Amino acid sequence: MAGHEVHSNEIHELGNRALADEHLQEAYRSSTLRLFNHRREALREVPGWERLRERASALKREVMEHLDYYLEQFADNLERRGGQVHWATTGEEACAIVLEIARRAGAREVVKAKSMVSEEIELNQALQAAGVRAVETDLGEFIIQLAGERPAHIVAPAIHMTRGDVSRLFTRHLQSEPTEEPEKLTGIARRALREMFAQAGLGVSGGNFLVAETGTVVTVENEGNIRFCTTAPRVHVALVGIEKLIPRFQDLGVFLRVLGRSGTGQKLTSYTSMLTGPRRPGEDGPEEMHVVLVDNGRVATLADPKMREALYCIRCGACLNTCPVYRKIGGHAYGWVYSGPIGALVTPQLVGLQPARELPFASSLCGACREVCPVKINIPDLLLHLRSEVQENAPAPQPPEALLGERTSMRLWAAVMKRPLLYSLGSRLARWGQVVFARQAWIRRIPFYPASRWTEGRDLPALAPKSFRQLWKAEGGSRK
Amino acid sequence: MAKPTVALFITCIGDQFFPQVGECVVKILRRLDVEVTFNPAQTCCGQPAFNTGYRQEAKEVAARVLDLFEDADYVVAPSGSCTSMVRVFYPELFAGDPGLLHKWERLKGRFYEFSEFLIEVLKVEDVGARFAHRVAYHDSCHLLRELGIAEPPRKLLRQVRGIDLVEMTDDKLCCGFGGTFSVKFPEVSVAMGEDKLRAASQAGAEFLVANDSGCLMHLAGLIHRQGLPLKTIHLAELLERR
Repeated sequence: MAGHEVHSNEIHELGNRALADEHLQEAYRSSTLRLFNHRREALREVPGWERLRERASALKREVMEHLDYYLEQFADNLERRGGQVHWATTGEEACAIVLEIARRAGAREVVKAKSMVSEEIELNQALQAAGVRAVETDLGEFIIQLAGERPAHIVAPAIHMTRGDVSRLFTRHLQSEPTEEPEKLTGIARRALREMFAQAGLGVSGGNFLVAETGTVVTVENEGNIRFCTTAPRVHVALVGIEKLIPRFQDLGVFLRVLGRSGTGQKLTSYTSMLTGPRRPGEDGPEEMHVVLVDNGRVATLADPKMREALYCIRCGACLNTCPVYRKIGGHAYGWVYSGPIGALVTPQLVGLQPARELPFASSLCGACREVCPVKINIPDLLLHLRSEVQENAPAPQPPEALLGERTSMRLWAAVMKRPLLYSLGSRLARWGQVVFARQAWIRRIPFYPASRWTEGRDLPALAPKSFRQLWKAEGGSRK
Repeated sequence: MAKPTVALFITCIGDQFFPQVGECVVKILRRLDVEVTFNPAQTCCGQPAFNTGYRQEAKEVAARVLDLFEDADYVVAPSGSCTSMVRVFYPELFAGDPGLLHKWERLKGRFYEFSEFLIEVLKVEDVGARFAHRVAYHDSCHLLRELGIAEPPRKLLRQVRGIDLVEMTDDKLCCGFGGTFSVKFPEVSVAMGEDKLRAASQAGAEFLVANDSGCLMHLAGLIHRQGLPLKTIHLAELLERR
């Protein structure tokens, strides 16, 4: 399990800090909206989008129900083509496997394509500790590596930075001239990276899909850096979560059609690469190709019939772009690697419920995420499920201003709601009690949790002078 | 055909904070020649506990709802959220309990949200209302995404005399209420609400109308705190105006 730095329970503080940062708010607002609109535009020209989603979802369900079979099929097929397959139960194991491959390849420098799994297992730190320098070659990842940050978004890791932020970062670290032109900024990064591509003895990538039928690793990108990382160095290793399997090569058509459109609003990304083994005589490509199949908590998720659905995720990021909570608090507030609605599902699965117990509550359950999910993960339903798991197994400590613990309050609430007489009595008592707080039908402040949290930023309407049931009774019910 | 009987499910927020919404529902239904009953044994649908992860407590409260409306042809609630709780979330809550699931099967087909009931069952679009104001309709999330109801409220509003109906940008965006989310993440909840109010103001609306008292309580509380020139109104209240 990844047990490194998990700050997910600080989501309240981190989120509030983001809310107070106007610059950051604008960066998130404009970027998520842009991606959201691109997706919406792209969908307009796809007839049968719903059928595509259905198909993608059904295929993922099929994979999860027979994952052992497809994993073995994938491994057999890739090995037949000369690829080497490794199995990693934990993040540490995965890192150790990559380190060993680097050691045997004699690589002191590693070029990396964007890989969320490598973030999850903190591969760069592990490489660095062993004296191997890893350079991120995806522009967004390159930026956050310079800044020493984690990805703020699954697809667009530097989504929280404006061009000005990037310019300042490049000026400081790469001694470049300040510029806010995207082409020039890209050019600066390109020059810094070209050298590395030539030097590196090992290329590390992720993988968007693993095709069981053919033993193929499929990568999807716009910058061409993945193609570089997977072909230029003598050795290539792909780190891939075991949930990335798809059954057949023909199924790729379904997933490529939904992934590009959902993620960035593209029909297809600029590059789609299909890698099936190392180079063969007369071809380009690496001499060795390795695939590390990473579990790191996924098998446990698979064993949970409810949460299994979270493994359908193809990491398109559409749920982040559409989520009103993500748009406000940003990716870093989620306190680990994966953010947004899917992060709130995945993180507690991978790091454990206790260190991520606040995440399932960071949602208004509006369902916008489910609406855009290309593999139809019922995210609100799974969040609700996790909430019950948290209350059962990892409840939060009581807030200081609470008179009663949350569970006690809920028990009391249920006891009242089950007894109409008690409910009526309670509502009469509350009408007496609220006189202390109410002014002209509004309450400005209540010092007790949870109402105190309500009145921090909003007024609370006072209870009506008479409840509906009182009015109904007084007016003789049906005779009214 | 005999008059249909409708049992009103007032909802706990409606009962305690907005009884006038229930009164308006009753008036409108009676004008449409519907017999309305109210069972005073009703309290809450159980959603606050369910939403917060306390399934046992939610189940105890929810199970009562199944027995309250045996005699009614229909049950009508002026809330998309409470209707979703009953129609969409109850089976999850009662999973593994065939007795409760059986009772739920008998209730779910009779349980309607107010605007849905007018349009789908009574087949009425024009309830004879007059409301000469500029109004923006806010899709509450459970109504929109759990029940899939977007058109019925708009159909009803379009028939209101004198109304100037405007659409907001991002009209499908959550207002930030979210049940206990509003007190677990109050700052985010408020920030989302502010966006919604800004969208309503930019659309030139005087009134923000919705079908859920939870959303309206949140938005009205924000408006009142900030002294904004905007008002909230429940759909049933608006449709009752003449």
